[in-house]
Amino acid sequence: MKPRVTDSLAADNRRLLVRLALSAVVMFGFGFLLVPFYEKICEVTGINNFLRPEAEAGAQAANTQIDTSRSVLVQFDANLHDLPWRFQPVQRSVSVHPGELVHVEYEVSNTRPEPITGQAVPSYGPQLAGQYLRKLDCFCFAQQTLAPGEKRIMPVVFVVDPALPTDVNTITLSYTFFELKGRNTAAGGAGGTS
Amino acid sequence: MAAVTPEQLHGHHAPSGLMRWLTTTNHKDIGTMYMVFSFIMFLSGGVMALTIRAELFQPGLQVVQPEFFNQLTTMHGLVMVFGAIMPAFVGFANWMIPLMIGASDMAFARMNNWSFWLLPPAAILLIGSFFVPGGATAAGWTLYAPLSVQMGMGMDLAIFAIHIMGISSIMGAINIVVTVLNMRAPGMTMMKMPLFCWTWLITAYLLIAVMPVLAGAVTMVLTDRHFGTSFFNAAGGGDPVMYQHIFWFFGHPEVYIMILPAFGIVSQIIPTFARKPLFGYASMVYATASIAILSFAVWAHHMFATGMPAAGQLFFMYATMLIAVPTGVKVFNWVATMWRGALSFETPMLWAVGFIFVFTMGGFTGLICAIAPIDIQVQDTYYVVAHFHYVLVAGSLFALFAGAYYWLPKWTGHMPSEALGKLHFWCSMIFFNITFFPMHFLGLAGMPRRIPDYALQFADFNAMASVGAFGFGLSQLIFLVAVVKCIRGGERAAARSWESAEGLEWTVPSPAPHHTFEEAPVIR
Repeated sequence: MKPRVTDSLAADNRRLLVRLALSAVVMFGFGFLLVPFYEKICEVTGINNFLRPEAEAGAQAANTQIDTSRSVLVQFDANLHDLPWRFQPVQRSVSVHPGELVHVEYEVSNTRPEPITGQAVPSYGPQLAGQYLRKLDCFCFAQQTLAPGEKRIMPVVFVVDPALPTDVNTITLSYTFFELKGRNTAAGGAGGTS
Repeated sequence: MAAVTPEQLHGHHAPSGLMRWLTTTNHKDIGTMYMVFSFIMFLSGGVMALTIRAELFQPGLQVVQPEFFNQLTTMHGLVMVFGAIMPAFVGFANWMIPLMIGASDMAFARMNNWSFWLLPPAAILLIGSFFVPGGATAAGWTLYAPLSVQMGMGMDLAIFAIHIMGISSIMGAINIVVTVLNMRAPGMTMMKMPLFCWTWLITAYLLIAVMPVLAGAVTMVLTDRHFGTSFFNAAGGGDPVMYQHIFWFFGHPEVYIMILPAFGIVSQIIPTFARKPLFGYASMVYATASIAILSFAVWAHHMFATGMPAAGQLFFMYATMLIAVPTGVKVFNWVATMWRGALSFETPMLWAVGFIFVFTMGGFTGLICAIAPIDIQVQDTYYVVAHFHYVLVAGSLFALFAGAYYWLPKWTGHMPSEALGKLHFWCSMIFFNITFFPMHFLGLAGMPRRIPDYALQFADFNAMASVGAFGFGLSQLIFLVAVVKCIRGGERAAARSWESAEGLEWTVPSPAPHHTFEEAPVIR
């Protein structure tokens, strides 16, 4: 019986294989090409302008006006989720004017003889206040690795947006620390990569 | 001729036992392995789903902790998409495409073996990631940055698993394209091919086009995690929203990768049991091709809530709705095939008709999600969960069951038990709807997805869905029993196992001998 897969068919098959494999490789490159392509589209259309944040600086300047006509009470809360740490705000609450730059601190300490990495997740009461509380710096931006017994004072720098609805007089800023298992060797935790 | 056993047809000495399966280059063996593998993955993904539903049976936390719950939802998605549905369709392709086009085997038999044997290591990496410190990735099956950049080492294992499964899929797809284009028997023109081959050919092109893009996206996540790049890290000038664009450039064609072969299977079954040729064959081919082409232009409908300009929302909204046209053509053609046909409802037909019914419901909720202002309301709610389970479970999975019952006589040589098959169908159909129909109401009422706990007003519908889920999960064991019984014995299947089944696969004896079409068949 003569074989159905003749040499010329096998050669045809191999040619098609090479072509298709090449297109797969090209599409892999295309995935990376989408990156500059996406940035270009954002730049041209002016949406999501992460390449030139200064273009939006004008809009931000308007928000730095301090509204001294009213003050808002910001309360601080700290919780731990299954984490052998001590975690509390240095101050219970502060009274702030909207637009004012506020610096507060939280204190955290590791009670265990081994290093532990945690990540704090913020939540807000009332919930809608979250979008008006602009955090410029926060320990919740990065993972925190605490050495055995280490104690750390961590800052939160924020501005309450003057656009905050006038019926909101009290905002509660609450943090919950979660343990990040498997990341205990990460040093410092800055940047979030190990 | 009917008494010839596979062993007698062996022209060479094949190894036996485990080595036979490890080294086989036979498309039927490999197809079987794909299907067994995907069924195992289907059961493991199912166990994860049932754990999720057990947790959601009542408000509050009873069964698992939130961290583990997030791992479960993520892994359930990954396992079902990459481990169960996709390999199952590749298994069908391996078994049936050479038989349907009259080829003796796949074009690259050795590569075929490789593309299967890459899957078990990938599955071990993926499932094994539950046991590393920090557990499996919990970023959702879409692995959105920045969450996926921050996860523990389980994420790295998932990335490598996706790389390996991607390579396997691409190799499988290349094999299918070459087989369909070059290995057809003389006289089997493209427009004479069974629709299953057509849908798989187009699916394979989609796979070659988009699996590498996914590989690129997860590679970027990997380098962001470990090598200091900032593709998605805003602090380094990257943009997490870009991940979503790249992912869904893969992700939307991916959903058609999972449904087009299902369309093919149903298009084989409906004509057989309606005893009429498929209505509008050419329009089916063109509809499949247009769905595939349109799938590249709709990805951002997954991202309406990311703050796209209105023009972009309108474009993606209308482009998405346009896909309803070719899909509607298909549903119309299936119904027209059944119209005034001599219908009989054996198990495969029940599944196929059930597929059309529930898949169309999923299609309609998809259209509702396509409307940008509504989508912003239902984004990330259980409405979306209900929608994609209607198209993925009732769509892809039901079509897989339909195909399995349809071709089991060809694979095993025995007719599957009608009683068990029908029991499996009705249990699955009823429990599927009990599970997922209430999720529409939950979503419309605002219950978010991927959350282990929920507000009290959602309790009743969740309890209902959980009961349905356990019923659905246990119903799948009926399938296992039906298949095992069918392999062990049962009524002998004729070469043409179903009365008016058309196609070359029904001209070879049942079970199909190890080697078929070593001489080209004559195509009328």
